[in-house]
Amino acid sequence: MKARAIDLSKLDPILTKHEGQKEALISVLQEVQGEFGYVPEEAIERIADALKLFPSQVYGVVTFYSQFYLTPRGRNTIRVCRGTDCHVQRTTSLLAAIEQTLGIKEGETTDDLRFSLEPATCLGKCSLGPVIMVNRDYYGKIVPRELETILKRYE
Amino acid sequence: MEKIRAPEELESLRETIVQKMDPAKTCVRICMTGCRAYGAGEVRDAFNEEIKRRRLEEKVEIRETGCHGFCARAPVIVIDPQDIFYQQITAEDVAEIVSQTLLKGNIIDRLVYADPATGEKFPFTSDVPFYKGQTKNVLHNCGRIDPRNISHYIARNGYAALSKVLTTMTPEQTIETVERSGLGGRGGAGFPTGRKWRFVRAARGDPKYLISNASEGDPGSFKDRALLEGDPHSVLEGMLIAAYAMGVKVGYIYVKAEYPMAVERLKIAISQAEELGLLGESILGSDFSFEIRIKEGAGTYVCGEETAILASIEGKRGMPRPRPPFPAQSGLWGKPTNINNVETYANVPLIILRGADWYASLGTERSKGTKLLSLAGKINNAGLIEVPIGIPIREIIFDIGGGIAEGGRFKAVQVGGPPGDCVPERYLDSVLDYGSLEGTGSIMGSGVITVLDENSCMVDVARHFASFARYESCGFCSPCRLGSKEMLDILTRISRGEGREEDLELLVDLGKQVMATSLCGLGGSYPNPVLTAIKYFRDEYEAHIKEKRCPAAVCEALV
Repeated sequence: MKARAIDLSKLDPILTKHEGQKEALISVLQEVQGEFGYVPEEAIERIADALKLFPSQVYGVVTFYSQFYLTPRGRNTIRVCRGTDCHVQRTTSLLAAIEQTLGIKEGETTDDLRFSLEPATCLGKCSLGPVIMVNRDYYGKIVPRELETILKRYE
Repeated sequence: MEKIRAPEELESLRETIVQKMDPAKTCVRICMTGCRAYGAGEVRDAFNEEIKRRRLEEKVEIRETGCHGFCARAPVIVIDPQDIFYQQITAEDVAEIVSQTLLKGNIIDRLVYADPATGEKFPFTSDVPFYKGQTKNVLHNCGRIDPRNISHYIARNGYAALSKVLTTMTPEQTIETVERSGLGGRGGAGFPTGRKWRFVRAARGDPKYLISNASEGDPGSFKDRALLEGDPHSVLEGMLIAAYAMGVKVGYIYVKAEYPMAVERLKIAISQAEELGLLGESILGSDFSFEIRIKEGAGTYVCGEETAILASIEGKRGMPRPRPPFPAQSGLWGKPTNINNVETYANVPLIILRGADWYASLGTERSKGTKLLSLAGKINNAGLIEVPIGIPIREIIFDIGGGIAEGGRFKAVQVGGPPGDCVPERYLDSVLDYGSLEGTGSIMGSGVITVLDENSCMVDVARHFASFARYESCGFCSPCRLGSKEMLDILTRISRGEGREEDLELLVDLGKQVMATSLCGLGGSYPNPVLTAIKYFRDEYEAHIKEKRCPAAVCEALV
């Protein structure tokens, strides 16, 4: 993947709003990720300065929570539920089918940045397993042959 | 709407709302939460179009509600006033439902629920066995009201409990009532709620905080999501009463990152309550003020643990810390803090309105009230249910749950999620309680019920839980961090047919050590599903180890 130029000035409105608020770190990271799609490494020092934290503290939080990413994500995020119900309804074969279709593994992003495939410990739709979530849309009782139709909807 | 400045104004607003509602009007209640994963959005659009096309807007209300519970039959709708229950409907059925049922009152046979065993049909909600076996108290609004409309909540006695405590009860009396009701924490541990509140009220420190835990991390659990998406005001009202009782001015709701709709509905509910003056300064004209902030989680299981949640709200890595000091003494920013599960708060308005004695009459000797359960797995009627605590597990699975899916045979039920147990058939007549099976700890936990049939492998299930623990262990304390990896490795080699004779003793020993020495409840409980799977299904483990055979034909290397 080619490194892309990042417009760090987009950080300003977020950081101005939370200047000096240590406790707002997670919210700030959520907003930064909302803006860039991930948390660019270049942003970490700026965030630390604005919130009066050490860069290591910011980095520690980014890497602790599974929601935050240090690399660019796809335009669309697919989450395959790995909860107990979905597990006994054989999610594993569904996951394998998605991995095969997209040519990526869980945690990876397609080269064209169209899809990221994320692990999900449970999506809370347990009576409809196996369940996948694409962006904010849930799909229940999915069988591998339905995947193509679903994925087509997301560019 | 204008701000309500006195309890009488709330009552007159309620009267106005109720008067405007016509109970005889046709209303189609569509589940727009869980059912959305199965096409409810298209069904709603089809209804709206058809109603518009036939110019029935004045006569028919299409209401988007929260979860009706019967998720296995999604999408579901209920038609009022007759209480007709239709299931597994599609957008193509809608024109016929409007012309036949809404306009002529005819019931469409193919959309009616039929018992899979007997074929008997049940056109009305109240007769359907899935609903009949339940006691819906906390869920009394869920599936009935539009959660984005505060008027619906107010019409069904919403915020009357808040008004009652502010006008007729002291904080001390409020705590005493909750204590006497026997309400226990619904996140899993069942700790007496009233006692917790008393600690916080008595603690020195100012300001005090309260937190509503909607981190809902147990795989298999979806009751908190359903509650927040279907009836968010009941949680807000419970938090308000708790805040009044403990002298708290600021509360947080910590919501799991994967629940965007719950967050959206909460935001709407909070802003509507603020607009009416039910949240904010001088609530209902009293000197009580309270504000609620939403904190979105960032995808980590351990943040359901109470000290980890504190760290996370403070913007830090969500890792637990040793207790004492308990959050009641030293919580958020070192101040006294009360943490309850969202379901716990939602019970509170009911206790205030209907009384501690009524509440205590439900449940068992030591655990009172009803419990929300997330019913899933190889079962016919998967969904969200509410039952009195103390109900036999068999009744949940075979009466409400309609038995094993696809005519399969029951093998085990996993009760309580990662901290819970794998329960074999011989304990099916045990009652569901906080800790009812001999020496196995608190089995009801957060209320996850995952049913397993003969096609489920108990090594594979245990491995699933170990892999969850391995993924979610925060890494702070070594027994949990190393134990989860070690347990997963051993289970993986058993599932590959590479198990050793001594592995079972090793797993049991390791599991017990992890539970005894871990810092928080995660390590303190995650070996449970593994230990009980070995205890009750030892022959299956031995088949994997000695005969290199997976009796359920699940473990790929052994099939």
